[in-house]
Amino acid sequence: MFDTLTDRLGNIFGRLRSKGKLSESDINTVMAEVRTALLEADVNLKVARQFQDKVSERCLQSEIHTALNPAQQVIKIVNEELIEILGGQALNLTYSDKPPTVVLMAGLQGVGKTTNAVKLAKWFKSQGRNPILIGADLQRPAAVEQLRILAEEVEIPVFSEKSDPITVAKNGLSEAISTGRDVLICDTAGRLSIDEDLMNEIRQISDEIKPHYTFLVIDAMTGQEAINVADSFNDKLSLDGMILTKLDGDSRGGAALSAKTIVGKPIAFASTGEKLEDFEVFHPDRLASRILGMGDVLTLIEKAEDAFDQQEAQRAADRLLNGQFNLEDFLEQMQQLKKMGPLQNIVGMMPDLPQGVNPDDVDETRLTRVEAIITSMTHEERDRPEIIDGSRRNRIAKGSGTSIQEVSLLIKQFKEIKRMMKGAVKPNKRKKKKSSRGRKGKQNPRAKKEINQTTNAFDLSEFGSFKNS
Amino acid sequence: MKKISTELENTRKTFSFFSRLKRNSPVDNGLWNEIEEALIQADVGVTATSRIIEVLQAKSKELRLSTSESILDLLKEQLKNSLQKFNTELDSGGDPSVWVFVGVNGVGKTTSVAKVANWKSNENERVVLAAGDTFRAAASEQLEKWANSCGAELIKGAEGADPSSVIYDATEYAQAKNASLVLADTAGRLHTKSNLMQELEKIVRVANKGSGTVTEVLLVLDATVGQNGLQQAKSFAESVDLTGIILTKLDGSSKGGIIFAIAEELAIPIKLIGIGEGKEDLIPFDPEIFVEKILDFQEAS
Repeated sequence: MFDTLTDRLGNIFGRLRSKGKLSESDINTVMAEVRTALLEADVNLKVARQFQDKVSERCLQSEIHTALNPAQQVIKIVNEELIEILGGQALNLTYSDKPPTVVLMAGLQGVGKTTNAVKLAKWFKSQGRNPILIGADLQRPAAVEQLRILAEEVEIPVFSEKSDPITVAKNGLSEAISTGRDVLICDTAGRLSIDEDLMNEIRQISDEIKPHYTFLVIDAMTGQEAINVADSFNDKLSLDGMILTKLDGDSRGGAALSAKTIVGKPIAFASTGEKLEDFEVFHPDRLASRILGMGDVLTLIEKAEDAFDQQEAQRAADRLLNGQFNLEDFLEQMQQLKKMGPLQNIVGMMPDLPQGVNPDDVDETRLTRVEAIITSMTHEERDRPEIIDGSRRNRIAKGSGTSIQEVSLLIKQFKEIKRMMKGAVKPNKRKKKKSSRGRKGKQNPRAKKEINQTTNAFDLSEFGSFKNS
Repeated sequence: MKKISTELENTRKTFSFFSRLKRNSPVDNGLWNEIEEALIQADVGVTATSRIIEVLQAKSKELRLSTSESILDLLKEQLKNSLQKFNTELDSGGDPSVWVFVGVNGVGKTTSVAKVANWKSNENERVVLAAGDTFRAAASEQLEKWANSCGAELIKGAEGADPSSVIYDATEYAQAKNASLVLADTAGRLHTKSNLMQELEKIVRVANKGSGTVTEVLLVLDATVGQNGLQQAKSFAESVDLTGIILTKLDGSSKGGIIFAIAEELAIPIKLIGIGEGKEDLIPFDPEIFVEKILDFQEAS
């Protein structure tokens, strides 16, 4: 994987200090890196240029934020602009008072229309609706079978017949009306945006069933052509929104920015896996950090927010900083961490993984063993592991189903970590004392930031993944 | 196999960047910027583009080229040369030979299997298809329809069956029936999922255990995909020994420029090109054809 934007900018601006407004040359240097990042993320060249101009304009006019260096300042603005473009007006789905509400799925071959047609139907069902799926892809062998098998999983009916796509759509609509369905989702065959005949065909389908919502399904890995594809489909069909798929891969997803820019309609949904439940409402801020190469920082935060009890986390962080962290705290933290979901997924969401670290290599079983060991300890033992002698080790090993060696190893490693933490914490402690001596008792900003990182008060404007020089 | 149709040529001309590059313009920054833009828009990527332009600039200087025409001609040759180094033959050395088709979701693996089956059947080879995608709904039904259409036999398992065993069974069947070639389809998988990549390793390993020999592991790559194509190639190459690439959907407006980076950084040859959804829409990779017709780097008419 290439260096992240944050790494590269960190390197450039390591020693730079600017006062007042950002200088034009500062901005140009940073924007060149941003442009590279956008292009590497598959953002269309023209869109990247447009974006660059807009951001540079804004940067020139902005005041420097005292807590941020020029790189961070620019990134903050870039991130905000990206979120604004990707987000903007959310899709306000309303239902027709003359049911069914008709939805048409369109897109290139292989993007995930069929799978997402069912996901969307499932979503409508969860909203209390009564959907029906129309299998109008008569081109791909067994496409209708695929639709049927998936739809069966979620108990949604499918209509299709061996005629032609336009007739299927038309008859499907009649079927929907006669069976009292209030949402109709029409799957179509993948087609090249430059195939005039097939583009006309989908236009005819659209004219026949008059969709309330036409969605362009777009693959997150699409390259520079995404903009032209989106433009052609929009031109032919007048899109209402987009569905972005295969976000569980590692492509940066710049195609979405290009598509959004040219179509101007919301990205309504995001598909994050092959299973039917891997479907969610689109989050522009998450895609923004992804495009910039910052990892899915926000999903991580959200999950952390869900799992970590704020107060507990604050308490643990305080204890850590004061060198009081013990095995009890460690157990607590591990259990909180478990609530966030499989460790793989969490590590995978972290930006700035060092080279060669593969989130999938994370071995959860070891953590389970560690957890078992600590659980077999008494509270006193967790608080003061130094009292754990041979016979206690034996008891703990038996109780946790592990070995004496593993127990000893854990105690040794924990002692090491604690020692290191104490060493790391001391300078802050001194600083803290210093500031409380003469000045207004301002809390050490670094200590505060660390606390913030372990709680959920993650202030994005500081970009936690930034390496402050 | 098919030849690129005039129709396809004409479609591509409309989307050409290279043919549009003015041939009589001065050799200045404007020219270099245009070349850079054309390459980036073709999905060549920032790093590979810089590399190409660096070499081009150095060579142009060395040869004292003074017209944009001569520089563009040089670029065309340079691009062709960077794709020349590979052996694009497909290895039929096994008895039977097993060719495994791998790649991420939606790239055209199953359709490519069908195209190769069609091609080889037309050359009077007895081909057995293995429905190794046991995950996706109706995947084996899809392949079955193709098998019928191409006159190849199909071995499939129950849904959710172990893909390795389906493919293994296909190799044993092929051996028993004196079929020379087994084409194994596999489920689409994102290279970021290590359990799926491990499954793929197992598939190839097991496929070699029986009577057949895996002589080709072909990465099916969608030309529509941008920079992630390079990462896909790298990741798949880490798990299995990729012997070649099939670049699909070149009938679309995407140029597939990521192959320059793949050629430069990994040594995986592009062997075949897909140019449509039909079973005939397959052509062998040829750098000349790719650069001239796909990138559409032809003489301005």
